[in-house]
Amino acid sequence: MPTFQFLIAWQNAAGNSLKVGVLALQGDFREHLASLQACGADAALVRTYEEISGVEALVIPGGESTTIYKLAKNFDLLELIRKKIKDGMPTYGSCAGMILVADKILDPASGQETFGGIDMTVRRNAFGRQVDSFEVDLNIKGISAPPVSAVFIRAPWVDSLSPRVEVLASVEIDGELHPVAVRQGSVLATSFHPEITSDNRIHKFFLEEIAEDI
Amino acid sequence: MSQDHNKTTGTGRVKRGMAEMLKGGVIMDVVNVEQAKIAEDAGAVAVMALERVPADIRAQGGVARMSDPDMIEKIQAAVSIPVMAKVRIGHFVEAQILESLGVDYIDESEVLTPADFENHISKWDFTVPFVCGATNLGEALRRINEGAAMIRSKGEAGTGDVSNATTHMRKISQEIRRLTSMREDELYVAAKELQAPYELVKEVAQTGKLPVVLFTAGGIATPADAAMMMQLGADGVFVGSGIFKSGNPAARAAACVKAVTYYTDAKVLADVSRGLGEAMVGINVADIPVPHRLAERGW
Repeated sequence: MPTFQFLIAWQNAAGNSLKVGVLALQGDFREHLASLQACGADAALVRTYEEISGVEALVIPGGESTTIYKLAKNFDLLELIRKKIKDGMPTYGSCAGMILVADKILDPASGQETFGGIDMTVRRNAFGRQVDSFEVDLNIKGISAPPVSAVFIRAPWVDSLSPRVEVLASVEIDGELHPVAVRQGSVLATSFHPEITSDNRIHKFFLEEIAEDI
Repeated sequence: MSQDHNKTTGTGRVKRGMAEMLKGGVIMDVVNVEQAKIAEDAGAVAVMALERVPADIRAQGGVARMSDPDMIEKIQAAVSIPVMAKVRIGHFVEAQILESLGVDYIDESEVLTPADFENHISKWDFTVPFVCGATNLGEALRRINEGAAMIRSKGEAGTGDVSNATTHMRKISQEIRRLTSMREDELYVAAKELQAPYELVKEVAQTGKLPVVLFTAGGIATPADAAMMMQLGADGVFVGSGIFKSGNPAARAAACVKAVTYYTDAKVLADVSRGLGEAMVGINVADIPVPHRLAERGW
């Protein structure tokens, strides 16, 4: 395993990999950057039109989805990011990022829109308020054992989705299963925050199984 | 993929993680539903629900306490962003009440009249996370030792004078930098001098930062104030009286949000500073007699 990781890092150092941007408008973008860099990715924070135009993959961090949306709209980044995702840019969103890559929000704040990318409807703050935020060990399709220690903070879940969306993990609440990790083509989304743990397997999955595949 | 779920709430990671999600954002004081909606529309990452903003507490005097639960619940119902509320220092029953309301974060705040002049709340006992004020590193680490999941530098609330916020931010980062330059065998004395637990002092010395998110508060009145705090190393800002005591709250609120994201871009800062109308009038901290300075509260 260590040899394999070294090889990935080496390839990246040689410039064979994608330029990954972490959308740095608001939220825990530094944690995502650290996770990506620990995987050996060529990653940087991006917050201007020019910076975002130059990236080949994008990570949308956890944070407040209404705030990130408003900043993106006010600084004319909304259409740019929408178009790049539509054109197939590998994109990963966690928590607020999941909301922003959903085509629809069930309960948007007034006027709130998304970048879109996954044909699904999400429910914001679906698990409840902060006192209901939780950690759980989660098995995720495509990630080998042990389970991922998943941290859910005022997290959304997927309320409904098209058959084209692949469910990678779900959480059961009162006997009902709610998808919390999904993928459609080059876009990945999780309700939880791998970036605030030291486990980089989700980022590795994004880089190796999604970004490098496109 | 369905499985037996052993969900755990109220963990350190969940509480501190909540603050991570607020980073790069502005948390705004609001006293009613209308203000809360203006704050949400402007892009605030959270609102602080309270009955009187610090400037009014200062002007009107009297004992300042936790807000009416009715008022907090109305604001919770009106916005989808996190809602925070304040309790008096040491008043653990006010905290129990706010937790039962499902408030997202509790601010154990020097802006209210202290309920205990020796002890702060033992914050580990709660599922809801707490933010506490600090004027220096020792105070910040004492609060973290009691379970605070987020720290804000205190500044001097309700003044519109940013000088104390500057002093406290500089002080905290200077003291952190000093620890990182010390030999390991010097950290015992450093802990004694900071009046903080050795384990936390050692952690800060190794990582070069607080173990929790650090916001700035107290006296921030303009987008430039907010950006300056970010350049001084704050993870985000609280704006209290500065927004709704100004001429055009909606515009000023939106401008502060933009300034905190593009805090190093002077062109954006110039743009967002244009035409905001009158800033809050303000009081110079130097004109306030020491016993009336809120930052002196907390120990």
